[in-house]
Amino acid sequence: MSIFTEQEARAILDKVIKLSKADECTATLSGAESGNIRFALNNVTTSGSVSNASLGVQVAFGKRVGTASINEFDDASLERVVRRAEDLARLAPENPEFVPAIDKQAYKPSATYSESTAAVTPEFRAQVAADSIQPCRGHGLVAAGFLEDGHGFVAIANSNGNFGYQKTTSFDYTCTVRTEDGRGSGWVGRNLKDAADFRADQDIRTAIRKATDSAEAKALEPGKYTVILEPAAAAGLISFMMNFFDARSADEGRSFLSKKGGGNKLGELVYDPRVNLFADPWHPEAPVLPWDGEGLPRERMPIIEGGKVMNLDYSRFWAKKQGKRAVGSPGNLLMAGGTKSTADLVRGTRKGILVTRTWYIRMVDPQTVLLTGLTRDGTFYIEDGQIKHPVKNFRFNESPVIMLNNIEELGKPVRVAGDESSFVMMIPPMKLRDFTFTSLSDAV
Amino acid sequence: MQRRDFLALTGLTAGGLLVPSFLGRAIAAEQLLTTLDPALKKRLADEALNAARAAGASYCDVRIGRYLNQFVITREDKVQNVVNTESTGAGIRVIANGAWGFAATNDLSPAGIVKAAQKAAAIAKANAKVQTAPVQLAKAPAYGEVSWRTPIRKNAMEVPIKDKAELLLGVNAAAMAAGADFVNSMLFLVNEQKYFASTDGSYIDQDVHRIWAPMTVTAIDKASGKFRTREGLSAPMGMGFEYLDGDAGQKFTTPNGVVNYGLSYDMREDAVAAAKQAREKLKAPSVKPGKYDLVLDPSHTWLTIHESVGHPLELDRVLGYEANYAGTSFATLDKREQRFQYGSDKVNIFADKTQRGSLGAVGYDDEGVKCKQWDLIKDGKLVDYQAIRDQAHILGKAESDGCCYADSWSSVQFQRMANVSLAPGKQKLSVADLVKDVENGIYIIGDGSFSIDQQRYNAQFGGQLFYEIKDGRITRMLEDVAYQIRTPEFWNACSAIADERDYRMGGSFFDGKGQPGQVSTVSHGSSTARFDGINVINTARSLG
Repeated sequence: MSIFTEQEARAILDKVIKLSKADECTATLSGAESGNIRFALNNVTTSGSVSNASLGVQVAFGKRVGTASINEFDDASLERVVRRAEDLARLAPENPEFVPAIDKQAYKPSATYSESTAAVTPEFRAQVAADSIQPCRGHGLVAAGFLEDGHGFVAIANSNGNFGYQKTTSFDYTCTVRTEDGRGSGWVGRNLKDAADFRADQDIRTAIRKATDSAEAKALEPGKYTVILEPAAAAGLISFMMNFFDARSADEGRSFLSKKGGGNKLGELVYDPRVNLFADPWHPEAPVLPWDGEGLPRERMPIIEGGKVMNLDYSRFWAKKQGKRAVGSPGNLLMAGGTKSTADLVRGTRKGILVTRTWYIRMVDPQTVLLTGLTRDGTFYIEDGQIKHPVKNFRFNESPVIMLNNIEELGKPVRVAGDESSFVMMIPPMKLRDFTFTSLSDAV
Repeated sequence: MQRRDFLALTGLTAGGLLVPSFLGRAIAAEQLLTTLDPALKKRLADEALNAARAAGASYCDVRIGRYLNQFVITREDKVQNVVNTESTGAGIRVIANGAWGFAATNDLSPAGIVKAAQKAAAIAKANAKVQTAPVQLAKAPAYGEVSWRTPIRKNAMEVPIKDKAELLLGVNAAAMAAGADFVNSMLFLVNEQKYFASTDGSYIDQDVHRIWAPMTVTAIDKASGKFRTREGLSAPMGMGFEYLDGDAGQKFTTPNGVVNYGLSYDMREDAVAAAKQAREKLKAPSVKPGKYDLVLDPSHTWLTIHESVGHPLELDRVLGYEANYAGTSFATLDKREQRFQYGSDKVNIFADKTQRGSLGAVGYDDEGVKCKQWDLIKDGKLVDYQAIRDQAHILGKAESDGCCYADSWSSVQFQRMANVSLAPGKQKLSVADLVKDVENGIYIIGDGSFSIDQQRYNAQFGGQLFYEIKDGRITRMLEDVAYQIRTPEFWNACSAIADERDYRMGGSFFDGKGQPGQVSTVSHGSSTARFDGINVINTARSLG
């Protein structure tokens, strides 16, 4: 059994808390049933399902902390996991940065569960694979893709009386289509809340079109170009940057958000005033759990507003030390934009490059969040509002901080998550000037 | 490589409760010392093999695994977390009606094992209906009951947590005393207890140990707002705790006095050097972009080998099975037929699953094939790939290369990179000999930023330490260096390789591949090597 009702979860967590002899006890119970199907070379290669549940217990004696977990839930197992955590806590050195368990919270539920996603069957997955492969087979195209879906729950509790329970679902599809001669490649990705909204037979056309349209790529000189980044292309760069919004690193002088001479850039104008980035666990299209990994309630809050840094991520220890209020770390990123589609942005561009997707993004210099990576699966030259021809892929060396100061126009945000972003995002296509490509890639 | 997972792991520190699921469940320290009885494992394995046969399987293998990890995570004068994890269960793979099926269970009762074997057979039969060609499995010998263990001198799991904490806090204190503003250090210890059995007649019990001791030392100039880090120059190794003994005989000092490490690491000494070098980086001049001859230390070269040779020569990528995730390869099958000139005639690159101290070293791979060494690039020419049992026939081979791996009992095994290494130069050459012929070059030590395209052509690499070479002499430290390559041109620009006296390994715990994703550990050895006329860019930017 891997999925527990709220009542069942509460009963288990109550037992765990009562069993603990430590000064405090925090427990998390989660479970999920997930399924996947993978295909390549126009054939299904693997498919499987995983069913699992896990109970994590953290206890503290004074400032000594121990953590243990288990995936059996009978009384003897519950006792065993609590004793193990206690044994480890006794062995651990004191952590001077220890912060006691959080107080009792009132979590406002968010809509992280979709009936249609929870109802996905092996037959549904097989049909997705068939719908992806069928239009490719016999048409000079080769499909490779992956669908993974799941439904489950998360429950948290601690010895201060805190308790939270929520059901969750997930659905992520990606497919790469290549021409048989290897000269063209296209891609489509869909991360959805509701599986009912998914139409593989329609979405696959995007990947097919990009694959066939990208086959006669011409080389352009590397340099600074006006680009239109599709949402999937921009998400990797911006979500990467958000991992460096930690207040402590900024205060310690080792972040792009550190100020010369000390302190951080909270409240300062760091981006173009059109940049507005929020977190909101209750967003209808991108809901996430209403608490973070420590059980702190998440809030709707601005992270960047009018280009100014409005919130940094304070751990509970650092918040206490700095006299700040600790808020739950964001689980989603909602970037505001306009109403235009990617196609609309192309129509309004005199000269530029359309980027479908970015790949292998890595930090080059944390001082400026300089990132490198490559374009992939459909890169096109735009002239006078029209896509003229495909171009060879580029390597970029660009900082999202600089990029978000070079905005020409933002389009309508769409949901991106999964492979392209560690956060659930609503992110617009964006037209940017002076985007830095440093070399050409022969890769297709 | 998935460092995101590693970052998630170190993010455990702030009182985080959730142990990442890929690490398994957390357990108490003393439980890391126990092992499962091989006789019990054999009985369970036989239950699965018999059940699979009865369900119509023509082949079955069973992996009963116990995967143990321990992490000790510190910063400055604080131990932030101590975590023990264990994951135990069985993965069963079968061929039925010519197709693969796989099922895994953490229920190690005979009934649980039998049920999983039957499920694997049912999945295989379902997959067979849509499969266009049956699996062709290369033969593997019946080894009978055999065992293998990483040749360690000190089992890291036996070292008390207190000693480990003291070691790291001592390292941190040494770095702080030497001028560091911050230091993060950790120990990451791994023990894979793996039992493999197959219908071929092999029962293989293996006890695999690995160790990693990474650190990051940070120096800050508050007035300018500049900060620089220097990572430790250690490598993750397939060794026991003896790796941290700091044997003087395993130190490799560069012509300009930087100490690198071979099969033994002096973490405290490196921390002191790191603090001084991080401070020096704050003042070092920024590189002028252009063409340079690069002299690359093995602590750096391993990652370039990994990305630009190891990955493109994985047969599943070459064939297109990874097209939607890790990518394909420029090194297509026709290039092997044509003996493609991958590198200069000095470049000999071999795959190896036996090298002592390496991360990939095991006696047998995860489909019961005895491990070996084989050539990939000979005298600069492409001669082979890395293939497993169901791929060997594609290359006209009668047997697997023995490089199949699963990162857990619950993951299906598939082709993973062997240790792929650059053979030392045949001519007697020291690092100083390599440097003295360089007019305008850069000497790079340690691995840094890395990125490569999905067909493994265009790559960019950073490093930890950069030194200017002018007219045969190492002159001064440089900063903001990254080099960009096109793989075949880069390897064809290899003009000299130091001899075997300089041979060392680097490696990674987090080589990522597959959907759902799996990680693998792999080492890459080389001696210091020189590459002429490589494009270097300047990575400094201003945020205004």
